[in-house]
Amino acid sequence: MATFQTKRISSRSVKVDVATAKELLVAHKVRPNRHLGELCWAVVALILLGLLAFWVAGNPAFEWDVFAEYFGQGRILEGLWNTLWITAVVVAISVVLGLGLAAARLSRLPVLVAVAWGYVWVFRSVPVLVQLLLWFNIGYFIPAFTLLLPGGLQIAINTNDIVTATGAAILGLSLHGIALAGEIIRGGILGVPIGQTEAAHVLGLSDGYTLRRIIFPQALRSITPALANMFIEQLKGTSIVSVLAVKDLLYSAQEVYATNYKVVPLLMVATIWYVIITSVLSLGQYVLERRLSRSSGGPTAPRGIRGLLNGPTRVHNEEVRLGI
Amino acid sequence: MASDGPLLRVANVSKSFGANIVLDDISLSVEPGEVLSVIGPSGSGKSTLLRCVAQLESTDAGLIELDGEVLGYVLDRGRLAAAPKRVIRAQQAETGVVFQHFNLFPHRTVLENLIEAPVRVKRVGRANAIALARELLDRVGLSDKADQYPDELSGGQRQRVAIARALAMKPRLLLFDEPTSALDPELVGEVLDVIKDLAHTGTTLVVVTHEINLAREISDHVLVLDKGRIVEYGTASVIDHPQNSRTQEFLSRITAH
Repeated sequence: MATFQTKRISSRSVKVDVATAKELLVAHKVRPNRHLGELCWAVVALILLGLLAFWVAGNPAFEWDVFAEYFGQGRILEGLWNTLWITAVVVAISVVLGLGLAAARLSRLPVLVAVAWGYVWVFRSVPVLVQLLLWFNIGYFIPAFTLLLPGGLQIAINTNDIVTATGAAILGLSLHGIALAGEIIRGGILGVPIGQTEAAHVLGLSDGYTLRRIIFPQALRSITPALANMFIEQLKGTSIVSVLAVKDLLYSAQEVYATNYKVVPLLMVATIWYVIITSVLSLGQYVLERRLSRSSGGPTAPRGIRGLLNGPTRVHNEEVRLGI
Repeated sequence: MASDGPLLRVANVSKSFGANIVLDDISLSVEPGEVLSVIGPSGSGKSTLLRCVAQLESTDAGLIELDGEVLGYVLDRGRLAAAPKRVIRAQQAETGVVFQHFNLFPHRTVLENLIEAPVRVKRVGRANAIALARELLDRVGLSDKADQYPDELSGGQRQRVAIARALAMKPRLLLFDEPTSALDPELVGEVLDVIKDLAHTGTTLVVVTHEINLAREISDHVLVLDKGRIVEYGTASVIDHPQNSRTQEFLSRITAH
């Protein structure tokens, strides 16, 4: 202690030498870390949040009694159900056909690559809303599908009879979703180091088997968060189908306020439902990511709220480069 | 069907990447049981040569023959034709490759890494494949790591697993592509020991390496490449008595420390 220069660093603390520090550690004289800065921000955030809640609750324009009346109403729930199943169908189609699209773009056949590239180019370029309107009005440029049967028999089906509003909505959202999912999956596959493919090939494993059993399982780790994101985006994206009068969650709310003029509370009904479903999906994404990184022996998200907010920790660059 | 000739014959192979000539009319042969070391400055084409033999790169000219069979080509009604993928994979399965960066499958355990190809490609029964895998793990000193994942192992252990994985296919020829270059210095020894053991038990090896001492100890022949050409070829004494001035310069640089 004698040889060590004590130096004041604030009004209360001085620098410490090894001997003193050891003594204090042994004696359990350790002050817990203070997080004064963190605490300050938390207080500020809480105050702002409180003010917001106070304003929302107290603002008569929100008409919370009307909100409560319609939140669980049959018509709204029906809209909610339509939103959910349309999303599920669109996502299922997008992922399955997106896989095919990714495989086509990565294939060695120039024709397949060109077709897949063209598909992505077209359907990423056209806004979903424009596409939906086009499909809904497909009857203008393809009035009927004609089925030619043997014996010269013809069956003509009016296009408007098969392309309903819901059909057009699913078609448009799926065509867009396939392009998105295809690019996500392709990106994930390209992210797996080339050495993995080479190692599989020199062992004599076939191209298809290598892609399915060696490359794809590794790509899944980067694909999953992006696909889960897409799932959530598609859920919210379905609200666009209300322009075709498809009775989804938003359209049902609009239908109600068209008759009773309670615009804000009914939009809040739709909003809160979207938030609830998105939250459930996010939780699912968190659980899935945890599982996936555990099974691949990679980094896992920390448990609890931190992990939920931050997601899995990043893989060290060195590991990616070495493909180990 | 083993022929009397050399196991591996490289005949007049050339290869360019764009305007850059990486291999310039390379010819060599390796007898069964022989150990050939390939050394040379970086960028001399030694890894590319190995990758051509492993059919990971195509050649621009020349032929490569393994045990009397030309790699990458088939005879189709009297005409030479590019081999179908299926044939190429079967030919590749005859040659084991140990990579600089191991390239183990990270989502499979050590044992699964070892039995994957024997079960899938050679149709060895699962039980037999596991028995052989355990034998090989024992041989490389890792019998206790069978159920671990690659990223739970050290670099040296991973490379030894990679060697065992290549051996599990019972290859006729084993290729090493700078097997110790990605390792921490203190882990190099354990991998070199395994390679030496293989060399002494009669496995045919082609080793691309910077480890001059390894080359000197195990090689029947040493080949020195520079700018895509063979500048030196002979017994291991070439290392200590190089004829070519570039070789002398290169060797004095890497043996200095």
